[in-house]
Amino acid sequence: MTVHFKQDKPDKANRLDDMKQGVLGKALPRVEGLAKVTGTAPYAAEYPIADCAEGVLVTSTITRGEVRSIDKDAAFAMPGVIAVIDDPLLTTRAAQGTADEAPQQEPATVCYWGQPIALVVAETFEQARHAAKHLKIEYREQEGAPLDPQAVEPEEQEDETVRQGDLAHAMAEAAHAVDVTYTTKGHASAAMEPHAAIAEWDGKTLTVHASLQMLNYNISELADSLDMDEENIRLISRFVGGGFGSKLGVSEETVAASIAAKQLERPVRVVMSRQQVFQCIMRRSETTQRLRLCVDSDGKLTGFGHQALVSNLPGETFAEPVLQSSHFLYGGENRELLLEVARIHQMTAGSVRAPGEAVGMPALEGAMDVLAEKAGIDPVELRLKNIPEKDPEEGLPFSSHKLAECLKQGAEAFGWDHGPRQPRHTQEGEWWVGTGMASAARVHNIAEAKARVTLKADGSALVETDMTDIGTGTYTVVAQLAGEMLGLPPEKVLVDLGDTRHPRGPGSGGSWGASSIGSAVYVACLALREELADRIGIEESELELSDGKASAGESLTDLLDGKDLAREGHYEPGDIEDDFTASGFGAFFAQVRVNRFTGETRVDRMLGAFGFGRVLNHKTARSQCLGGITWSIGVALTEALEFDPTDGHLVNCDLAEYHVPVHRDVPDLDVIMVEERDPAASPIQAKGIGELGMCGGAAAIANAIYNACGARIFDYPMTPDRVLAAMPD
Amino acid sequence: MKPFQYARARTLVDAAQITAKEDAIPIAGGTNLLDLMKLQVETPDELADINRIGFGEIEDSDDGGLSIGALATNTATAVHSRVRSDYPVLARAILAGATQQLRNKATTGGNLCQRTRCYYFTNIDQPCNKREPGSGCGAIDGIAKLHAVLGTSSQCIATYPGDMAVALSALDAQVKIATPQGGERTVPVQDFHCLPGDTPWRENVLEAGEIITAVTLPPPVSGTQIYRKVRERSSYAFALVSVAAIIELKDGKFSRADLAFGGLAHKPWHDPRITEALVGQVPSSELFDRAADILLEDARGFGENDFKIPLARRTLHAVLEQATEDAA
Repeated sequence: MTVHFKQDKPDKANRLDDMKQGVLGKALPRVEGLAKVTGTAPYAAEYPIADCAEGVLVTSTITRGEVRSIDKDAAFAMPGVIAVIDDPLLTTRAAQGTADEAPQQEPATVCYWGQPIALVVAETFEQARHAAKHLKIEYREQEGAPLDPQAVEPEEQEDETVRQGDLAHAMAEAAHAVDVTYTTKGHASAAMEPHAAIAEWDGKTLTVHASLQMLNYNISELADSLDMDEENIRLISRFVGGGFGSKLGVSEETVAASIAAKQLERPVRVVMSRQQVFQCIMRRSETTQRLRLCVDSDGKLTGFGHQALVSNLPGETFAEPVLQSSHFLYGGENRELLLEVARIHQMTAGSVRAPGEAVGMPALEGAMDVLAEKAGIDPVELRLKNIPEKDPEEGLPFSSHKLAECLKQGAEAFGWDHGPRQPRHTQEGEWWVGTGMASAARVHNIAEAKARVTLKADGSALVETDMTDIGTGTYTVVAQLAGEMLGLPPEKVLVDLGDTRHPRGPGSGGSWGASSIGSAVYVACLALREELADRIGIEESELELSDGKASAGESLTDLLDGKDLAREGHYEPGDIEDDFTASGFGAFFAQVRVNRFTGETRVDRMLGAFGFGRVLNHKTARSQCLGGITWSIGVALTEALEFDPTDGHLVNCDLAEYHVPVHRDVPDLDVIMVEERDPAASPIQAKGIGELGMCGGAAAIANAIYNACGARIFDYPMTPDRVLAAMPD
Repeated sequence: MKPFQYARARTLVDAAQITAKEDAIPIAGGTNLLDLMKLQVETPDELADINRIGFGEIEDSDDGGLSIGALATNTATAVHSRVRSDYPVLARAILAGATQQLRNKATTGGNLCQRTRCYYFTNIDQPCNKREPGSGCGAIDGIAKLHAVLGTSSQCIATYPGDMAVALSALDAQVKIATPQGGERTVPVQDFHCLPGDTPWRENVLEAGEIITAVTLPPPVSGTQIYRKVRERSSYAFALVSVAAIIELKDGKFSRADLAFGGLAHKPWHDPRITEALVGQVPSSELFDRAADILLEDARGFGENDFKIPLARRTLHAVLEQATEDAA
């Protein structure tokens, strides 16, 4: 039986707070943690499947043009080679998140250097890799593919454009104004587990173990790619070794393994090399961002301008949504926001952790620091002065808003000095030491979701959904949520995820996983509670369940009377999305040291205070915040995709040369969770947290670099060469 | 990965016989070689596993120096008590490189032979005169942030990426090499690596079948030993610039200034004129600048790596200031 709940108005009942089990929110360790750290949790490529052939993708060595011919005979002469597949159904890019349809196919048409063009299948992985590298391919190359976003006429993303009042006039009349341009480099998701799939075909049904974030969308993307019916496909992703956006859409290896398994009537495994993951999945676009901000003599924003240029391949719908939080974070009645995308022939740009705010917020919050200095206002104070009452463009109320609390609590806990700020106030040996801060904001996303919850006759519960756990703690928070609602300790709740045979949810992405699937589980559990209350002869609101017993003494097993009881919860966000602006908010504080000789920057300590609704598990939520802050350090100091100026290929395509922060770069991090109940965000009053922790943190570091050594830098990442170039003598 | 034969050498003679063949390579820790084989940059027909031929000891030399076996791991060397007390610049340089896991496998000889990190060298679908003579250099007009500013040629601007050899160069260590004829020769570390010139594929003076057996350090000298590595993240990153220094002051003047530089060239950079300019002089910012002028006299950037020239100057300043302060 399915129970459908469409949320059209805020839910102020907060039923979860009436529950008695007392497990929701607790800092429980991840239920699958032991299996993962002992190597017994199988990742996509690790399923022991008999007679599995091994496929390796072949990628293009031209930027743009056509594959004229592939010398397959030479490959077949090599030991172990079973097939060379250049089927027109092979996909050449990963699907964008929630695309729900096949990405670009027809591999003979080359649009970027490193694009998959064929698959070599052999008995062993080594044979396949060797043959893939030695395949003789003839191309017809098309010269002059545009590679520089600055050199082409960009397309305006019209739905992002805002023109309110007269910004130019406001800038001219303002007491203080800044007009600065920031740049950010491309980023990679760099998940630990490479993209991988094993496909099995039994003549009718295709079963695929893959590493994916959003099975509900991925199954239709795969079906569309293969020209198959969804009903004949089963996708399984029980454990995913990180995604960060790179596994939102079905990617090339999953489609290639499926095509090969069907053609060869034999299981086929395709695992991308680390270099392929970097070169043919997704990049975050580089950005160029102009910020125009102006305030009156009281420090109130009168003008707010943010325009950004990003890039992508021709034909891609995704444009890094740089302005996402700029639309509502601060006031300013004269507004100009503009997003443009340049079409260039570099690998696909798509979602990488916190698309939009991950790079938009570091630019905006850097410019706010410049403004604070110019206006002679403490940076925390400047932000507090400019928190709008309601969405400054849409006029909508906020669902909840914890920015001020986060700024105040964060400043207090960090020991923020509200006094006058002068660069180079502290020197310790060779190091200049300084502090900086920034606001955090990340839009709240939520989506339709279904989950089945079964009370088993033995008094345990089973939750089934195709939702994924990409390392975030889904298994654990779902068990806590169901346990809380049904009066069971979490170990009595078995959570079965990552299988398209289960009811479908939206998957993991955009930080929407926990609130979306949690809401579906909540709806199912509420229906189960109603049935149990009915069996006792009381109202659901009177039902108290804990440790497998109802308050009047009835045990759950007696109430079930030897039979399982199941409900499928179907949650759907309703009109409420049009009535509120919903976002997570927060504040970052950082102390850094900058070497006066070498320009090396090291982060001494960092604090983030975040408000994101109900906290479902204080440990997994805190871990998400820590991960986010760590990403901030990478954005601020080291992470940069480098593309060759001649052919556009990605040059630094492994973890030795693409520098994510490592242990020594991540100091003591402090997290404050400013817990709240957001009645409009979801029926469980929770918002997303995964990405919020990196949305603006890089600016706290950039602003601290300026405060430390006087180098005001407008280009991320702030590597030693850039720090030295900007450092005053 | 290209299929290859694997043979375990039991003795130095075994190893020499195998590696004297064309397209045969010795393998020790394999931390660099295996990565490059997976990328098909290295495509040997045969690997000679030399891990069991001996030469793993670290021993006192008769002259009071230290002999580090070619197969001693980087970890064993870095934690060795005499290395730590008498040659701390070497311990520091090793610990500044790679990761603990890699250092546990990497060996003295292998580390000396590690290959460049140039992005174009490691991508077989890009031109590289070092990997494929005559194919061109992708880096000169490409992404060259890591690349050399000293001793470059029109053929190649790659750097030698290691840290250990920079310290060994400053210490004036010697490389002992067994020849396939059963003999032995000794080459100063300072002369072991080559500049690219017209033969960028030739990275060091080893001939076919020759195997490094040890690195010997001269008797220890007094003075401050510093290894300074500049990088954007603080672990597992190759040097933008590094400086190894053994410096002593007597009566307010430099009495010793042995310096070598990493990240600047196709080899650890050593210029005796810098020592000459410093020794006998009173430390001053002007003097440090003169030393930097000598170092960077012929430096040439390729756009993205232009910053290495001022960075090298500033890092040299930092090291000389630190040494002066330590002495005071």
